[in-house]
Amino acid sequence: MKTYTYKEKKDTRSGFGAGLAELGRTNPNVVALCADLIGSLKMNQFIDENPERFFQIGIAEANMMGIAAGLTIGGKIPFTGTFANFSTGRVYDQIRQSIAYSGKNVKICASHAGLTLGEDGATHQILEDIGLMKMLPGMVVINPCDYNQTKAATIAIAEHDGPVYLRFGRPSVPIFTPADQKFEIGKAIQLTEGTDVTIVATGHLVWEALEASKALHEAGISAEVINIHTIKPLDDKAILDSVAKTGCIVTAEEHNHLGGLGESVARVLAQHRPTPQEFVATNDTFGESGTPAQLMDKYGLNSAAIEKAVKKVLKRK
Amino acid sequence: MPNIKELEDLTTQVRRDILRMVHKVNSGHPGGSLGCAEFFVSLYQEIMDRNEGFDMDGKGEDLFFLSNGHISPVYYSVLARSGYFSVDELNTFRLIDSRLQGHPTTHEGLPGIRIASGSLGQGMSVAIGAAQAKKLNNDDHLVYSLHGDGELQEGQNWEAIMYASAKKVDNLISAIDLNGQQIDGSTDDVLPMGSIKGKFEAFGWTVIDIEEGNNIEAVLKGMAEAKSLTGKGKPVCVLLHTIMGNGVDFMMHTHAWHGKAPNDEQLEIGLNQNAETLGDY
Repeated sequence: MKTYTYKEKKDTRSGFGAGLAELGRTNPNVVALCADLIGSLKMNQFIDENPERFFQIGIAEANMMGIAAGLTIGGKIPFTGTFANFSTGRVYDQIRQSIAYSGKNVKICASHAGLTLGEDGATHQILEDIGLMKMLPGMVVINPCDYNQTKAATIAIAEHDGPVYLRFGRPSVPIFTPADQKFEIGKAIQLTEGTDVTIVATGHLVWEALEASKALHEAGISAEVINIHTIKPLDDKAILDSVAKTGCIVTAEEHNHLGGLGESVARVLAQHRPTPQEFVATNDTFGESGTPAQLMDKYGLNSAAIEKAVKKVLKRK
Repeated sequence: MPNIKELEDLTTQVRRDILRMVHKVNSGHPGGSLGCAEFFVSLYQEIMDRNEGFDMDGKGEDLFFLSNGHISPVYYSVLARSGYFSVDELNTFRLIDSRLQGHPTTHEGLPGIRIASGSLGQGMSVAIGAAQAKKLNNDDHLVYSLHGDGELQEGQNWEAIMYASAKKVDNLISAIDLNGQQIDGSTDDVLPMGSIKGKFEAFGWTVIDIEEGNNIEAVLKGMAEAKSLTGKGKPVCVLLHTIMGNGVDFMMHTHAWHGKAPNDEQLEIGLNQNAETLGDY
């Protein structure tokens, strides 16, 4: 079985900051906007190097989304930065009308997604954002898994003509994907080959899926782990090809089971190949204060939870 | 010098277009549309520096954003009669498969439209973004926007108004259609806003009034003054005093025709008060 190791842990938001800085040097049309969270979004380097292409909006996210839409008229490629909660729920109507329906080339970059925001608690821990964004016609939804992939995704979305929701997080997580990777929107990445069960994971749960697959391997269970960094458009073929081999699937995400990756996968399976599926996701609940590790444990979003789900789904084959 | 008679004739024709469009589909918003006919005609015929054809990016030309998208009839009529698309297409307003949706959109590819509007309060932010893009592009053309007065009850406007002056967006002229009416009644009955002028001034804008917003010469003069005030470090607000339903006597001075279409008889009366000048579509 192919195994993955890491030398360093870093936050995915720093991958966004590094990708944005590189875009600042390579793409003169890229502009950045922030609603009073420069440090949290790691946007400093872009701002230092391109002060004229940065717009500090203040604590006014609705205005930020509208200004971003306006900046596209004139050929700019705006990247907005704030927490995932304030990037989606707070400004849903602005995104819907001024960006998505208007077909504007805005990149909505959202940090501190999910429970791993930690101690600030449920007001800041959005677990509904993937659902909100994937329902908007034309919106691309991406949730990369580590620093390198977030950096590559940030750079890649500048080349995509249309609105994108890029979701990343606060905690340091293992860097296990290559620094020189080419990021292809909508193209799933098979991390391990397996025959007994398919595990498709997104964001922070991808590393947890790899950890689970190691333990499962030791228990004699062969798991195929797929990194679904793009939830929309979903790589239907990669999922269907894998379950054709394994006959069952576990989906894993730092998101509500309603509206997330798991439901998108379930739709594809229901239409093309009905397959037993278990969901590693939050169960229609808000979060709470705690350390990221405590929260992921309490809400069942770690490798142990994935192992348990695998054992359950195997019995349903 | 603009030919005032020609602009007045066009305005009368636009009023006929508005009435006929909303009558045909028995829906739409004639009141605010009629009140803003002079403004739209002045803007598209005289005030704005526009390029031939339509390019979404609008580099090297003035841009206009309609925030109160429900007055789409006047927008569509003036866009058509300014050459963006055939006036015959006004026949398709609000019909299935039309580019002339109930509220304006880029989604159907109608030339002249650069943003969807309808859900209120979003247009000023968009206009600010477009104005800041012009500055980045070293394009010294202006950005215009229009907003309803009732629309100012939406909070996003005040985020935008605060931002525009703080960031010295001085290539922006935002007009407020001050007709004092909204769907449920007068703005003073629904939610009194106090002095809109005082509020804009307190937020750091330069504010001018066009007291006769339904007089072409007054609108031209006022908008020329507004233009002269751009480039001085402050965004410019034009308080456009209009009469909702202007030009059709029974629709004037009331909110009743905000979003209601005339019946056959009412249409006839309205058309009789606005003689055909340039030919109906």
